[in-house]
Amino acid sequence: MTIVPLPTTEPADATPAAAADPRLPAAGRRRRTWRPRTWRRRWLGLLAGAYLLVLTVACVGASWWAPADPEFQDLAHPLAGPSSAHWLGTDRLGRDVLSRLLYGGQVTLIAVVEAVTVFAVLGITFGVLAGYFGGWLDRSVGWVADLLLALPGIIVLLMVLSVFPGNSTATMIVLGVISCPLLLRVTRGLTSSVRREPYVQAARLSGLGSAQVMRRHVLPRLVGPIIVQLSLFAATAVLVQAALSFLGLARPESEGPSWGNMVGAAAEVTSEAPWLAVPTGGILALTVLALGLFGDALRDARVDRIQPAFAPRRRRVTRPADPTPPSADTGLLSVSGLTVAFDLPRGRATAVRDVSFEVAAGEIVGIVGESGSGKTVTARSLLGLLPPTGQVVAGSAVFDGTELTGLGERELARVRGGRIALVSQEPLSGLDPVFRVGSQLAEVVRRHQRVGRAAARARAVELLRTVQIAEPERVARLYPYALSGGMAQRVSIALALAGDPALLIADEPTTALDVTVQAEILALLRELRDRRGMAIVFVTHDWGVLADVCDRALVMYAGEIVEQAAVEDLYRSPRHPYTRSLLAANPHRAAVADTLPTIPGSVPSPAEWAVGCRFRPRCDLAADECAAGPIPLVPVGAGHRARCIRHEQVVDR
Amino acid sequence: MIRSALRWLLSSVALLFVVTALTFVLVSLAPGDAARAILSSQSSTYTQEQYAAMRHALGIDQPLPVQYGHWLNDLVHGSLGTDLFSGQSVAETLRDRIGPSLSIILGTVVLSGLVGTWLGVVSARRGGLPGRIVDVVSLVGFAVPNFWLALLLVELLAIRLAWFPTGGYVPLTQDPAGWLRAIVLPVVTLSAAGVAFVAKQTRDAMSEALSAEYVTMLRARGLPERAIVYKHALRNAAIPVVTLLGLLLISLLSGAVVIESFFSVPGLGAQAVEASGTHNLPVITGVAFCFTVVVVVANLLVDLSYRWLNPRVRAR
Repeated sequence: MTIVPLPTTEPADATPAAAADPRLPAAGRRRRTWRPRTWRRRWLGLLAGAYLLVLTVACVGASWWAPADPEFQDLAHPLAGPSSAHWLGTDRLGRDVLSRLLYGGQVTLIAVVEAVTVFAVLGITFGVLAGYFGGWLDRSVGWVADLLLALPGIIVLLMVLSVFPGNSTATMIVLGVISCPLLLRVTRGLTSSVRREPYVQAARLSGLGSAQVMRRHVLPRLVGPIIVQLSLFAATAVLVQAALSFLGLARPESEGPSWGNMVGAAAEVTSEAPWLAVPTGGILALTVLALGLFGDALRDARVDRIQPAFAPRRRRVTRPADPTPPSADTGLLSVSGLTVAFDLPRGRATAVRDVSFEVAAGEIVGIVGESGSGKTVTARSLLGLLPPTGQVVAGSAVFDGTELTGLGERELARVRGGRIALVSQEPLSGLDPVFRVGSQLAEVVRRHQRVGRAAARARAVELLRTVQIAEPERVARLYPYALSGGMAQRVSIALALAGDPALLIADEPTTALDVTVQAEILALLRELRDRRGMAIVFVTHDWGVLADVCDRALVMYAGEIVEQAAVEDLYRSPRHPYTRSLLAANPHRAAVADTLPTIPGSVPSPAEWAVGCRFRPRCDLAADECAAGPIPLVPVGAGHRARCIRHEQVVDR
Repeated sequence: MIRSALRWLLSSVALLFVVTALTFVLVSLAPGDAARAILSSQSSTYTQEQYAAMRHALGIDQPLPVQYGHWLNDLVHGSLGTDLFSGQSVAETLRDRIGPSLSIILGTVVLSGLVGTWLGVVSARRGGLPGRIVDVVSLVGFAVPNFWLALLLVELLAIRLAWFPTGGYVPLTQDPAGWLRAIVLPVVTLSAAGVAFVAKQTRDAMSEALSAEYVTMLRARGLPERAIVYKHALRNAAIPVVTLLGLLLISLLSGAVVIESFFSVPGLGAQAVEASGTHNLPVITGVAFCFTVVVVVANLLVDLSYRWLNPRVRAR
């Protein structure tokens, strides 16, 4: 028996689902995902609700539709199996099992109502008050709640029963009292978070009284979670009542049938009549199951479930129909025709289409674009680090003679960290919070080099020194939470360097940092390139940063490269209207007190991508032929390409 | 560190006070009292003088706070009051019963912890069929009443197949093999709910850990999948799961009471059920005291392991 109902996870506050796929096209991320699993759960929930309703009606009206008097003893037919006269058979005194179950259900029903009422009244009242008023009230309520949760529940119930022998009501009331902290915690947390919301604070400031705020703003938000908790607690109450009745402590058989004492009676005759244990225990299990499923379905109806992280998904790369043979004269990395798609509930969405570029050894190539342009997806797909729903559907990426697309996890693990390393946008969340900086570094060092523990430790400290961390020995002993953002980014660069990679993918490495730290990190990256000859693919949305570190850059828009050139050429003579508008909108270039020019409209989501030019709706040079068909990326100068059929006009403006 | 130790001590003492004081309050609410219970168990009639004498002998003619003071005084001297029926000290009655209870409870914690963690990790990683199996296991473990499960297991494994005894207990020191055979069925029965609980919590925590950014970054650094899952993600997932193990233990105590009675294991729980039937309050108070001590110790262990797992809290 579970006196303490299993706490349920409430994914309402934290939604890691969105974090799981960092750069899903905006449309895919916002939409609620109805997967088959969810549908099945909803069906189960409906079924469970229907079962509970039928059961309640059947038990309440037992005196009308029970086929026999529950106490009538058909002594000629004891322990009979199911028959047309007795649908569920008879017990050892020949009493009809079905009728006894229906009447016994009334005991369960009353017990549930008693326990749930006490549970609800206490849990809601004290939870809302504590969450709303906070302060000493919150602290003392919390203290009492902790105390109640630590009570050995059944012993308290046994004490109650030894004082009030056989009194089911007293037990259920006490059960409600000692369990109420479970509900109280939920209502308290929600109330205090609702109370802190700006619109509620505004309502309070405008003079709405506490009682009204609670009634209008707080309580409506609590209804869903409360029902979930009530349904789970009802399951507990059913089990507790049955167990006590089974032990003969509450509602013994002499007082009439109950589900618990019927299992007890069946236990005495299992060898002669094993059947008897089936309907008696079965109805209990079914009812508890139904309450559990019902609660689960209600919760699912409110929030999307946490998506399970199917870690190493099977790689289903469709090789391009006409794979470009890796040519020997290309640089370190050669990407051609790379296309990445995400499997969304509404079908497959292409997030990145036909991306081709090259990176030479020691070169820093920027990928620039707005959020949702596909730059991060492009970068991460090279390492096979797409979210579970994403995959490379066409194209190739040859790194130093190795085709990266279609590599298995095992081969990828050899490339990752050792040949190609990644530095991410959020340095702190990229570090495992429970291991020391030094041990995380040493682990990566040992993965890529055959060295002993002590040597790996020494190398870890040396790496920290390489990324210009003062007191590297001390920092190696720190846990990630103790690092500042800039320090954490240096540490993650050190982690990236641990395998001595030939290529570093820096995914917005300075976005989360403040300006001075940003400049230091950029200087560090440049220095690393100069000293080690390490190539860098630098993903950013910041033109200032781009100009600062990159040799060449790709401009991405709506999943396509729209322009690529040396950074200087891009700045001096952009040949795509999008690049030109972006440069105009760049705050680094705008004069003080000028209104910042913006590009009208927004980046289209994959569902809205046109066949022709994807920038057309926002372009001031748009013409009819722009919509006619796919626009090719054409050479417009030395090492300069643009995806615009009117690129000559761009220069003139 | 000292502050949190003090806080633990304070709340533990408070908990012990509340539980034991609660018993005394409940006694005072009772319609009958122990004196009447004893007298009527000895003979059907008794005089008012006998009744008063018995009340005085039991010390229950004094005001409640005084009685509680006496009980606390007894406690300090290592006694838990007197068993109303056997007349021996409650501590004496309970001493031999701690072993069987602990065997079952610890056995269940170990079994649920291992199997539940394994199931949870597998289903968090794979989704699909293993995920569904964990779904079903946790639903069934949650829904099936343990006394019914015990009934089915005994019928099948003890009566039909005769692999295990139908009940009873053999001390570990006397016969280790017999001890193991005796606790298998109670432990397996109780573990159904435990496994379900641990598997579900582990699965949720693991799913969250595996979708964290640092896991992607660990992959990006080329670490082997095994190290990512079992060293990094599991260590992080353990933090929320460990805090819930305290709750699991408390609910196991409750389950153990029913299961001990069912399998006639001479443990604390079975004793409490028996005492509850005979209004033997000092014994129930004694069991409540023992269980509360178990809860207090378990909370301490949970707190310590939480600290050990979570560097942020450790630093404080």
